[in-house]
This record gives sequence, structure tokens and C-alpha cells, in this order.
Amino acid sequence: MKRLVVVGNGMAGMACLEQILKYAPQFEVTVFGDETHVNYNRIMLSSVLAGEKAADDIVLNSIEWYQRHHIDLRVGIRIVDVDADAKTVTGSDGSVTPYDTLLLATGSSAWMPRIDGLDKDGVFAFRTLEDTRALIERSGPGVKAVVIGGGLLGLEAARGLQVQGCDVTVVHLMPTLMERQLDPDGGYYLLGKMEEMGISVLLGRTTTAILGNGHVEGVALSDDTCMEADVVVVAAGIRPNIDLAIKAGVFVQRGIVVNDFMETSHPDIFAVGECVEHRGICYGLVAPLYEQGKVLAATITGNRGATYEGTVQAAKLKIMGVDVFSAGDWSEQHAEPVRFEDRALGIYKKLTVRDGKLVGAILVGDVSDSHRYMEWLRSSADISGQRRHLLFPPPAADGGLDVAQMADGETVCGCLGVTKGTIITAIHERGVNTMSQLKECTRASTSCGSCTSLCQGLLRAVAPEFEDERKTVICGCLPFAEDKLRDILRSQQLRSVQDVLEIYGNGVGCEICKPALSYMLDMLWCGDHDEDRSARFINDRVHANIQKDGTFSVIPRIRGGVTSADELRRIADVADKYNVPMVKITGSQRIDLLGIKKADLPSVWADLGMPSGQAYTKGVRMVKTCVGTDFCRFGTQDSTTAGVEMERRFEQLFTPHKVKMGAVGCPRNCAEATVKDIGLIGVEGGWQVVVGGAAGKSVRKADLLATVETTEQALEASELFFQYYRENANYLERTYDFVERLGIEKVRKETVYAAEATRAALLDRLKKSKARARDAWQEGIEPKTPAQFIPLIPIDTPVGSGLSRTSAEISA
Amino acid sequence: MNTNWIRIAPTSQIPPREGRAVLIGDREIALFNLGPSTAAGNQFLATDNQCPHQGGPLCDGIVTGTSVVCPLHAWKVNLETGQVERPTHGKDHCVATYPTRVEDGIVLIELPSAAARAGEAA
Repeated sequence: MKRLVVVGNGMAGMACLEQILKYAPQFEVTVFGDETHVNYNRIMLSSVLAGEKAADDIVLNSIEWYQRHHIDLRVGIRIVDVDADAKTVTGSDGSVTPYDTLLLATGSSAWMPRIDGLDKDGVFAFRTLEDTRALIERSGPGVKAVVIGGGLLGLEAARGLQVQGCDVTVVHLMPTLMERQLDPDGGYYLLGKMEEMGISVLLGRTTTAILGNGHVEGVALSDDTCMEADVVVVAAGIRPNIDLAIKAGVFVQRGIVVNDFMETSHPDIFAVGECVEHRGICYGLVAPLYEQGKVLAATITGNRGATYEGTVQAAKLKIMGVDVFSAGDWSEQHAEPVRFEDRALGIYKKLTVRDGKLVGAILVGDVSDSHRYMEWLRSSADISGQRRHLLFPPPAADGGLDVAQMADGETVCGCLGVTKGTIITAIHERGVNTMSQLKECTRASTSCGSCTSLCQGLLRAVAPEFEDERKTVICGCLPFAEDKLRDILRSQQLRSVQDVLEIYGNGVGCEICKPALSYMLDMLWCGDHDEDRSARFINDRVHANIQKDGTFSVIPRIRGGVTSADELRRIADVADKYNVPMVKITGSQRIDLLGIKKADLPSVWADLGMPSGQAYTKGVRMVKTCVGTDFCRFGTQDSTTAGVEMERRFEQLFTPHKVKMGAVGCPRNCAEATVKDIGLIGVEGGWQVVVGGAAGKSVRKADLLATVETTEQALEASELFFQYYRENANYLERTYDFVERLGIEKVRKETVYAAEATRAALLDRLKKSKARARDAWQEGIEPKTPAQFIPLIPIDTPVGSGLSRTSAEISA
Repeated sequence: MNTNWIRIAPTSQIPPREGRAVLIGDREIALFNLGPSTAAGNQFLATDNQCPHQGGPLCDGIVTGTSVVCPLHAWKVNLETGQVERPTHGKDHCVATYPTRVEDGIVLIELPSAAARAGEAA
């Protein structure tokens, strides 16, 4: 076996290694990486900074992958020297490693322009996970951040910092943004979008100095102005890392020069990725390095033949809500421009056509056609027959047609060069049915992810047992699955609905996402959030259930269905005093007073002298009980006391959907505990705790969570499940859907059978929430907002005849 | 045209993105505060309080942008035009809107004069 040493544990090196491993084994592989992580998806760092992804989410090759392929991975070691004669590399730790074949995948580093004070504390590059982590740590609400560089990376960094709460200013040397990818018009549209997001942009200016005593306090600009700054990010460009190649005596220019077979000037030394220069071009994007890796893998394994002939450069800006795509040569010299723009919509599209072929494309504001253009660019297809549909495709007969119309050889995943044919083969021959299986099997959509919907379309059309793994997005205002959203809210420390909508959503929200967010924030921060009543349904603004005529129903809490003559008398008095049109015994062992006017709610509550029964909200409703051992001759457990105690422990809390409970003293189940969200069933010598039952829109028998001996244990098992449901269910997901979705085994494993620390943490968070919870009806005495319950009476009375007469005239 | 501007209440009486019913004579008007983030247009808007569907109290709805969603059956009404946006968009169903303005921290609503109203009714 020959010894292959790979210098660089990044995307290019590992993608190439993956390709090499596809050939017959002939190398003992050692990989050196100067970062302390396994290989991760560098282009997703901006998503990590923006809190959309966690560091773990962007890992490309897990430690198991290295082990499985017997790769000797040495992280945290920088290779500082190469001896091409002795065929050894020397590490920063002093180690000397011999090689037969050396692969340089050293990538590039941030180019630091000449600015005084770059060594000050608070100045960062934005290239590595470490940079990203440090930036997250330093940023936060009120922190002033200056990003030097208005290119792809700079803008993504700016948005990420803004999401972290910073006030961000981008300083850019050129007169327009992203001038390498966009023409001035495109840059102008992009500028509008960045400013709309609240990011300030200063164009045509350079930073001359970083100011501050030891740490950053501001920056000085070329127009002789200064601005305050706490953090400075330098994203002014990248420079290929070629020092080692120079030491090895390999021919370099701007990068390490390679030919079409990906060979350098030295027979044992190869190079791939951002550090190479091919036909005069150093690539800084992801697609070329995969294509290079494929060719290099053939050459290095002795299968020389495939050639790399350059890549059509394409770039997408990864900022949620700012769609920018650029590909090919979009200059208008020797090409016909085809344009569309709409300032109100913020859409700008330009294509360049030469000899009936597409040679370049710029899209801002709408990138839905980027895939079509990429394919035309790659295949150099003759598009003269489609001139009328260049900017807007002819309407498809049905949604699936796009995928169906693609040829087998057409590329679906541009980053990794996976074709439609490859995916279909994987589906048929390897039993692929889900998106994650497809990723695992073909690597499609594992890089930038922009082909995900195409891949899913293919799966849907071809896979016999396609399973859609996409989690529910609450609504169009906020394009995240709920579990993702909870992570974001937690990691970004967001506490108000409006902040979430403004940073991650459309800034407006709707009647679907606002109550959902209100719930999540209340749950996540255990009640210590910024309660915004405007984001709540009317029931939760006035703590009563709105009826078809705009009046409300009032149900006081009667724990366990146990009341007293006193309470009943007060209820009867209220019914008289307010002429309540209907007094009704509910199915939940409670009493409902229907037809109460909003303005009367505070005094009705005061007269009742009972707490809110929460019958109007997604929260804890009640515990229905039977009479248990106290009176019943069959009872084996004191279900009444247990039920009343259970209701006390959970009452006043909010839940993803309503929670109705029951406690019965024996398996005769008189209070129907087996069809409740949580049920306690007394048996000889203990309790069964059951969860996920339903007897409403759905009927479902509850699953057994645990069998325990004491009432306290039964209550604790209930508490564990209750808090677990609060934290993990989607909004408006009843326990019966939740338990069904997760499976009772998983629920048990993560509640009653979870590790001691996990259980303690669940109970602790429940306790915190409970400590902050209040009886909502106290707002009758101390209203939360002005005129919470009463209509406004105008300061002026209408002039002249008065409106009441006017109305009378109309009705007459 | 002869019009009536009526002072209703201090702006602070209507929290951002909420509505309140205003009783003027025997007419109920819903007065909304769209919140400070509304870039263009008026921050306070007024319409009749009854949803054109089944008369639900619009002031109790959730405000979304410049529309409100009726709490009874989720009909969505545009507060600037008074037109229903959901379930069907169109002029068949709409609510009356009233001009508003803010003066010295007080919200005012303009009601058509009796004469103008009589003209409409005829």
C-alpha cells in the first residue's frame, strides 16, 4: 500500500478522498487538518451564524466515516513544511510523516487588506467554525458590528450578525454590492433588499484604520469619517494557501497551477480545491472543487483519462428572503442582454445570450428559474427556439412536469454533479424512499441544498414508498419547521413574537403563527417572555370563550368536579344578577355560564370568587374524577384526591393544545380516564398512568406510560409526560397525535425511563413555569392592557344631530 | 362636504396591533392600531365592527399587516379598503371604513355628516 497524505481536512480534500475511496484500495490515508473538527460544510457557516443551523448540523464526514475507511485523522495539526526530496511533511507538533503521494487541499484564507489596527481584539475573519463561534459569542443586541466587504461572504456575515441582534454596517470598496457576481443594476436591487432588512451599507469607501485601545472601539473610513464599532469582520476576499506548495518547489502563480488532469508540476504532489489555479482561474465556490476532485481521483489512482475543463461559475447568496443568483459571463460585451425588472416587486433578471446560447444569468428577488439557466449554461443548449420564454417559463401543466421533463443525464445536484439518472438508479436499485436515504446514498443535496425540492419531486414521482420527511411549517409567514423554530428561539434568546417575526419571518405574522409563537415563547422561557396580547386569540385576551354572537362563556375552575353549596350559590347568584341566558353542566364536570358580555367579565369573575377554568384556551382544562375510595364500594384508590391534586399541579399552564385529564379509582373507568390526554387508573396496589387518549374528533384509547405504586409516583409520571408534551409537540397537536407520531416507546424512554438528570430537568422547567403562572381572571382587577374589557367611549359626542339619529334614519 | 371629526381616545388606549370597539350613538366602530412598524399609511384605521359574514366583532380579531382576521370564522378583512380578502376576494362583501387621524395624542374618526348619509341612503 502506498502512503497518501492529505493536507487539509476541508470540503475539497474530503470530497476528493470520497472519490478516491471509490476506486480499488491502494492507499494508507493520513489526513491533517489544522482545525479541531471533522470535515464540515464551510458554505453553511453563515447559516450557523444566523442560528438556522447548529454546528453539528453542518458536519459532512463524521468521525465514524474516517474510522470506517481506516483514515488516520489528525486534527489540530498544521503542516508547516514539506520536503519533496525526502517525501515527508512536518507538522506544527514537530511530527514528521512520510508519504508516497501528497495531496494539498489547503484551501484559502481570508485576505486581510492593509488596515491599521487589524490586530485589535474584536477583529474577526469569517472562514472557520472557530471564527463563527467567536462571532456568536461577541454579538448580541446593541452590539455595533462593521463588516468590511460587500461580497457574498460579507453580506452573509452581516445578516448573521444582525440576526444575532447586532446593529450592522457593511463598508464596501466598490460602488455596488457583490460586483463580482452582479452588474450595477443587480447590485442596486440587492442594496435595496439589504437596507430593507435594516442593514446599513456604505459604498465606495475603504476602511483606513481600526480604532480603539487594545480592543475595537470604532473604524475610520476613507471619507474621513469615523463610526463606532464593537466587532469588525473582515470579509474582503480570499487568497489561496500556497505556502506549502512553494516550499515543496511546486509551480505556483496565484494558486497551485494544475493541468486538465489535475496534475501539478511535481509527479508525487497533487492539489485540489480553492488552493489551485486551473487555466488561470482560482475558484472560490463549491461546485468546482467537486468536479476537480472527481478528475483528480481518477488521475491519482492510476486511472488517468478524465479531464477537468473548468466550471461555469455560479453563486447563490444564502440569506433567507434575499434571493440572489449569478452564473456565467453576464457582461454585455459580445452578448445580447435580456432583461426584466420591477422595482415594486424588487425583482431584477438579466440573461446574456451569445450565438443562440445562454452565457450568463443574474437573478435578484426571484431565483426560481436558476436551475433551468444553470442547465442551459452547462449544456450550452441552443435556446433560440425558446426566446419568448427565457425570463418566464411557459406554465407547466402540472407541478411534477418539471422533473419529468428532465433528461436522465441532466444534473439535479449541481454542487456534487448528481444526475437525474443516478438518483433514479439509486431509488430502483438501492431501495431509496426518503430524502435522508437519498442523501446518504448519492450525496445529492448535501451541499448547498438548493436542489432539495427537485430531489423530493423525483422521489415523489419514482420511489414506490416515498415518505415525506418534511416537518410541518406553521405558515408562510415563518418558513421553519416547529422544532427548528424552537431551537432558534432558544439559541437566539428571542422573547417577543414581534421580534421573531421581524428577524425570521415576514415582519407581519398572521392568526396562525402568532398564537403558535406566543405559546412557544411562554413555554421556552417558562413564562418569562414578553407577553404580547395582540398575538393572542381573543379568548386569551379576555380569558373567556367567544360565542357566535360575540358574547362569552365563563367556566370557573371546579377541581376534580368537586364543588360546594357555597360555590353553587354564588354561581346561581351570578346567573340571576347578569341574566345569564344559559347555565349548563359541561361534559367535564364543570358549570358553564353562557352569554356573558365582554364588559361584564371582570365583575362576573369577582362575584364568582373562583379561579379561571381555562375552558377557552390551549391549556390545562380539568381532571375528571370518580368518587374513588371515599364513597364507592369498588374503589381501590382515592381518585378524587389524586385528581384534585393533579389539577392543582397543572392548572394555569398553557399547552400546545387543550389537555383534559381524568383519574379513576378502579378499572371500571367511570370518569373515562382511558380516553383522556393523561389518565390515572387506580388498580389494586397502585396506579396505571396512561397518555394520548381521546374521545373527541378522534377516539383513541390511551397508551400505558407507566405502572407505579404510589399516588406521588403517578403524579410525577404525569408531570414528566405533561412537560415533555409541552416542549416537543407541535402547536395544535393533541397528545393523541403526538403520542401516535412519536410512538409510546420513545415517549417512555424520554420521560419515565429517561436518565435521572433528564427527568429532573423536565420537572424543574415545569416547576419554573408553574411558579410564574397566575390565575388569568386576576386581570379582572388589574387589566393587562387599557380598555381590555370595555368599549371606548368617545371624548366628543357627535356634532349636530348625533349619530344615533342618523343610524335611525338609515334603518328607517 | 360637511363632515364630523370626533375625538375618540388617547392613542395609548389601543395597544399596538389590537383593536377596540368604539360606541358612537348606537353604532359600533372598530378602531385599530396597526403598530409602529407600519411603514406607510395611517397607523390607526377604523371600520364598522361587524364582520360581513355573520357579524363577528372585528375589533377582537388578530391583526395581520393591514388586515384583521375575524375571531368567529377567520374571515379576513382589509382595514384600508374594507374589502373581504378571504375566503373570497371581492367587493361583494365589505365593511364601511372611516378616515382617522391623530392630533395631540388623540385618535379622531371622521363620520360622514347627516346630510351626506341621507344622500347615501337615498
